[in-house]
Amino acid sequence: MSLPVADAPAIEVRGVNKWFGTNHANRDIDLAIARGTIHGIVGENGAGKSTTMNIVYGYLQPDTGEIRVGGRPLAVRSPRDAIAAGIGMVHQHFMLVDPFTVLENVLLGAEGGMTLAAGARRARDELARLEKDYALEVDLDAVVGDLPVGVQQRLEILKALFRGAEILILDEPTGVLTPQEVDHLFRILRALKAQGKTIVIITHKLREVMELTDTVTVMRRGEVVATKPTAETSREELASLMVGRSVVLRVEKPPAAAGRKVLEVEGLTVVDGQGVRRVKDATFDVRAGEIVGVAGVSGNGQTELMEALAGMRPIASGRVRVSGADLITPSRRPDARAVRQAGVAHVPEDRQRVGMVTSFTAYETLILGYEDDPAYTRGPLIDWSGVRMRCAKEMEAYDVRPPVPTLKSSKFSGGNQQKIILAREIERNPDVLLVGQPTRGVDIGAIEYIHRRLVQLRNDGKGILLVSVELDEILALSDRIIVMFDGMIVGEVPADQADERRIGLMMAGIAEAA
Amino acid sequence: MATLDGFGRPADVPWWVGLVLLPLLNLLAAFVIAGGVIWVLGVDPVAALKVLVWGAFGDTDLIGFTLYYTTNFIFAGLAVAIAFHCGLFNIGGEGQAYIAGLGVGLVGLAMGGWPWPVVMAVAVISAALFGGIWALVPAWLQAYRGSHIVITTIMFNFIAASIMNYVMVDVLIAPGQQAPESRAFDPSTHLPSLQDLLALFGIRSRTSFLNVSFLLAVACCVAFWVFVWHTRWGYGIRTVGQNERAAVYAGIRPGHMIMLAMVISGALAGLVAVNVLLGAQHRIILNYTGGVGFVGIAVALMGRNHPLGIFLSALLFGALYQGGSELNFEFPKLSTEMVVVIQGLIILFAGALENLFRPQVEALFRRRLRAAA
Repeated sequence: MSLPVADAPAIEVRGVNKWFGTNHANRDIDLAIARGTIHGIVGENGAGKSTTMNIVYGYLQPDTGEIRVGGRPLAVRSPRDAIAAGIGMVHQHFMLVDPFTVLENVLLGAEGGMTLAAGARRARDELARLEKDYALEVDLDAVVGDLPVGVQQRLEILKALFRGAEILILDEPTGVLTPQEVDHLFRILRALKAQGKTIVIITHKLREVMELTDTVTVMRRGEVVATKPTAETSREELASLMVGRSVVLRVEKPPAAAGRKVLEVEGLTVVDGQGVRRVKDATFDVRAGEIVGVAGVSGNGQTELMEALAGMRPIASGRVRVSGADLITPSRRPDARAVRQAGVAHVPEDRQRVGMVTSFTAYETLILGYEDDPAYTRGPLIDWSGVRMRCAKEMEAYDVRPPVPTLKSSKFSGGNQQKIILAREIERNPDVLLVGQPTRGVDIGAIEYIHRRLVQLRNDGKGILLVSVELDEILALSDRIIVMFDGMIVGEVPADQADERRIGLMMAGIAEAA
Repeated sequence: MATLDGFGRPADVPWWVGLVLLPLLNLLAAFVIAGGVIWVLGVDPVAALKVLVWGAFGDTDLIGFTLYYTTNFIFAGLAVAIAFHCGLFNIGGEGQAYIAGLGVGLVGLAMGGWPWPVVMAVAVISAALFGGIWALVPAWLQAYRGSHIVITTIMFNFIAASIMNYVMVDVLIAPGQQAPESRAFDPSTHLPSLQDLLALFGIRSRTSFLNVSFLLAVACCVAFWVFVWHTRWGYGIRTVGQNERAAVYAGIRPGHMIMLAMVISGALAGLVAVNVLLGAQHRIILNYTGGVGFVGIAVALMGRNHPLGIFLSALLFGALYQGGSELNFEFPKLSTEMVVVIQGLIILFAGALENLFRPQVEALFRRRLRAAA
């Protein structure tokens, strides 16, 4: 089937397969993206959306299959080939040089000559035109590190356009944006489409797909499960396609029997290495037998709050009491081990970079933070055969697949890695569990399992502090919800009175403090 | 194991490809290029190879010298490897070994008349202390002041050399002589050579520098393995080396682990002095290390920071060192510098370019496995 090149799709992906170790991230992907449209690719975290687009952009090489651009097969060995073919990509994490100005960042890799001056002059004219055409509102001479994320993202778009991109791929562009910035972004994308550009947007937010796209492709567990015109589908249909069945996000749980305060946080302020106040005067508590959810757009101080409570980061002022005793004050700085020994376990939000050492085996990961525990040691030696046996047992209890203690931690899927970490932290019987993003990048089956485990722990009378950027997760699990915005706790809502809209406004920093 | 989860995942490349085939390929490439260089100089490469191998293993005394050098390279290689497990590049093995020579030398000079096992025990402790403390300063600077350990350990090599220059020329020089050497240690302190020990079992061998330090080196290999993979300190060091954030999360203090790994590293490097000064030279000599600390980097790289690999690569380098000196003896055209060039080529291919052939070879195996599946 050789189509006339003029009518050919802007991008065509044919029979692409990609493995990461044991993980079949892309299975026989077939995808055609029509020229001059906005095409959404939706799916849960870990469904393979980013993998597919990273293959198109040349970051990853497919194990089998081919990419066609404008009807012709294109060997994309690196992003350079993709850029030459008119493809631009805006990543979830921006590829910018912070100390450079906007103009210098745009020029990077397209300097146009030995000295910057001539290229810079030409670029300035061209950029001024692009900026006006699409209302990008970026100051060319601003230093990138000082700009808000929304502007940095527009700069990434500007960079792609400056390099002559006809096809623009955006990977989860709205995760870090405020609602106003999202609106601005969508205006830009519509303007680009009106100019005949092709846009691919990767997201897991269905509202945005319905609002913006012409066509939508749903991916699940590495496969394309459907491609439909957006007008002929609905959020409900997309949601059930994404998860493979209709989701019951409401977790069954008996009413909370909250007991004594196990974690008390008073006036906690955390200042980061740059002197920025990340957590501002936060006061709240967690009782035994309840789950307190911390809602907020990511980057509003939740990470720093959790790290401070876990003993990974010094606090500037305030204090933290655990089971009634002072644990952390500005002058008393226990490390993470001391915090654990005081009964506070921690499932970190970045499980791969913080919660485990990916080059370690599963059983080595299972004792991280507890390696000096008498249960795991014999004199100065670690009792590895005992640890391996225990690991095998816990892998079975937590349904880790494959249940192989000697497999490298990096070879497990996100959900199974999370189960290993949960097993490690829960089985030590803590009074308080700090959990960050427990189900990010985790498949749906594992999500349900993890949620059940957390509720069970709560029913056993433990106090849980849950941070998640997924509002649905917060709503499903929490007994009380506190909302963080710009480092402050801007509201607290009992779960039975929680309403998505009101919390959403608080998360955006709009609503009054409740 | 073609599949783990039910669908056709490409099988992993067999383990022996990485551990056996690739090192051999690298070694072969180094020999081919070195052979080319030798040929250009007008020497028959095959004859040269014969001399090299004979020079390293041709007779009991030659094997003895090979194992003597091997002993040095094991200590130096283990020293680099322990730091590497903590994510640190200790370039200072040379200086740490050199300063440890002072520690060993003072013991050798002071303990005349004591039986050798006592002297050896004290000398080992002294060498470890001198080497360890010399490494501790850069370690502290790295852990708590952010000074890069590569820079500081390099500078400490120069400081060690200057101190030793001063000590040898102005303080410890034997009275009434010109060469900057200390007076000889009392014969009672000399470590027994291995041929003496072998003679106890009725095995006759010819004289070489090989001494009981070789057994100490083998013991250090075993201790290294136990420490790194079976103690919680080894676990902590590996965690810091692989992922410092995970270490902080676990409550492992990176600063402590950096100091610990570097003290052990310096102590291991220091043991070179026991082998050379107490085992062979029986006096302190200026510049006695002669680059052993730097070769240790290549030994550790080639040995993949595992004691078994380090033992084998130390043996290879020991053989090159010993066989190489015979090469120069046999072929005047191959100057000592040429021998260093050949060693350099091996270091380059086996150490620095260890991934040179990896992509191609692994792709070849993947293709074959997929075709077979």
